[in-house]
Amino acid sequence: MLIFILKRILSTIPVMAVVALVVFLLLRLSPGDPAAVIAGDYATAEQIAKIRIQLGLDQPIYAQFVSWILRLLHGDLGVSIFSNLPVSTLIAQRVEPTTMLALTTIVFSIVVAVPLGVLAAAKAGTWIDRAVMVFAVVGFSVPVFVLGYFFIYGFAIGLRWFPVQGYRSPFDSPADFLAHIALPTVALSAIFIALIARITRASVLEILEEDYIRTARAKGQVERKVLLVHALGNAAVPIVTVIGLGIAALIGGVVVTESVFNIPGLGRLVVDAILKRDYPIIQGLILLFSLVYIVLNLVIDIAYTLLDPRIRY
Amino acid sequence: MTEAAESERETGIVATRPRSARRLAAHTLVMLGIAIMAVMVLAALFAPLLWTGDPLGLNPLQRLRPPSAANWLGTDQFGRDLWTRTVYGARVSLTVGVAVAALSISIGLVTGLVAGYIRVLDAVVMRVMDGVMAIPGVLLAIAMVSLSGASRLTVIVAITVPEIPRVVRLVRAVVLTVREEPYVEAAIGAGTRLPLILIRHVLPNCIPPLIVQATYVCASAMLTEAILSFLGAGTPPEIPSWGNMMAEGRAFFPIAPRIVLFPGVALALTILAVNVLGDGLRDRLDPKIAKRM
Repeated sequence: MLIFILKRILSTIPVMAVVALVVFLLLRLSPGDPAAVIAGDYATAEQIAKIRIQLGLDQPIYAQFVSWILRLLHGDLGVSIFSNLPVSTLIAQRVEPTTMLALTTIVFSIVVAVPLGVLAAAKAGTWIDRAVMVFAVVGFSVPVFVLGYFFIYGFAIGLRWFPVQGYRSPFDSPADFLAHIALPTVALSAIFIALIARITRASVLEILEEDYIRTARAKGQVERKVLLVHALGNAAVPIVTVIGLGIAALIGGVVVTESVFNIPGLGRLVVDAILKRDYPIIQGLILLFSLVYIVLNLVIDIAYTLLDPRIRY
Repeated sequence: MTEAAESERETGIVATRPRSARRLAAHTLVMLGIAIMAVMVLAALFAPLLWTGDPLGLNPLQRLRPPSAANWLGTDQFGRDLWTRTVYGARVSLTVGVAVAALSISIGLVTGLVAGYIRVLDAVVMRVMDGVMAIPGVLLAIAMVSLSGASRLTVIVAITVPEIPRVVRLVRAVVLTVREEPYVEAAIGAGTRLPLILIRHVLPNCIPPLIVQATYVCASAMLTEAILSFLGAGTPPEIPSWGNMMAEGRAFFPIAPRIVLFPGVALALTILAVNVLGDGLRDRLDPKIAKRM
């Protein structure tokens, strides 16, 4: 077990190395002069030269890579071209709203989707099952920003149940936080509810055909316990896998959702950076989000061994 | 051997009978998807003939007008006709969807075949794919577009790159299964050369799952294009794409929500149609996965 965990941790090193290499080469291999692109259409030759030095583009490529990696390992993500502040400082300022939105979305999705999936599996073939599956297909297809604008139109502008936009920290006022985070959470959750409900239904259905389920029923176990303990318990691994893979989509979704609901998080940082062509910020956020994805999937893989004693490496 | 079993052996497709109500419901949904797709494709092909005007034509006197006989869906803040722009937007989404699907499937197919069959390359290729998969696709595309300047081509390339790893994984998985099959071993034993084995025996097994994958890539590409345009790192702003329309209408959302909502509905319907079509194809072409879902 310990050896497996150690091996799994070591296996993330090549993945991280590839991520770093891709991010590094993106800037260097892009067509044209990246310094000129970042400086914008109206930049003087002097400004372009300054950016080239700032990004280290005037040095040989291997030297650039080595010094960049060394700085990364010290947690130095570079300096914003526009504000001249360290990228890590800018990220630290914006990290709270994004983390909160991601957490509320994951919790809400699981709380809604897992019961829906179990229900659909228990009532397989009935109209309840069909309704859940149609909902899953639709929820999977409606883009989060389209759903977000419909929510704002209906629940914020129309019914006035929720504030239209913005963010409040839960550490200042929990009630205000919930009011502001509700619509973005539900909008962003749609796709994950669809995904998790589908996989839950499929896994539970598959397990319901197993011999031990027949045994449990034969010895008179109540159906609810058969479903929740025997079936769902054994369906946990595929469900957790989907949640882990969904993290990548969640990150993309958070960026857009923050833009729709005017939440001052990392997504807004990206959008502002796009408009100002502040490449060090975009680069820093790609590295950060990729790291989050890799670490979360590492944790999930290790969690398998705890969730399912049959998995032995 | 029964007739059904014989056909199954030849085509690899398990004949399915529409047994339950659920299958029938799925069938209705697939038909609906095909119908929506047909409407969108026709709209994209024949946009100039569909009672549209100039998608870029400004009309400062007719700003923010509600729907009327002259402007079916009303006008935006520059007096441009929303019906015209929404219809023309189908062209951008469908072009990007089809182009990205075709590109990522072709590149992924070749890479996957090579990785699955040449052991030395396999480890390297798969580590690179793992790395690319770890980078959130939308962010990778944003970085590529903002570094090389927004154009139709850069958007398509930028959306294609993050889609490739999943295709490679799929193809490689098929290759690894097929290479253990007795008929492939027999072919190797008979001295058939590797390229011929790949084309004659491995490739046909990859095609059904790839067709299914292509529809999902297409839907995902249309979504990413809209997100990129919406965030300002996508299709150049002068081209009426649904994402661009939504981005431009944002500031006027409280007074004229339709500028955002109409292209949003068009986008959602198109993505829904392609996804439903993919589900239908999967049920027909890929019964092993279909059973699991």
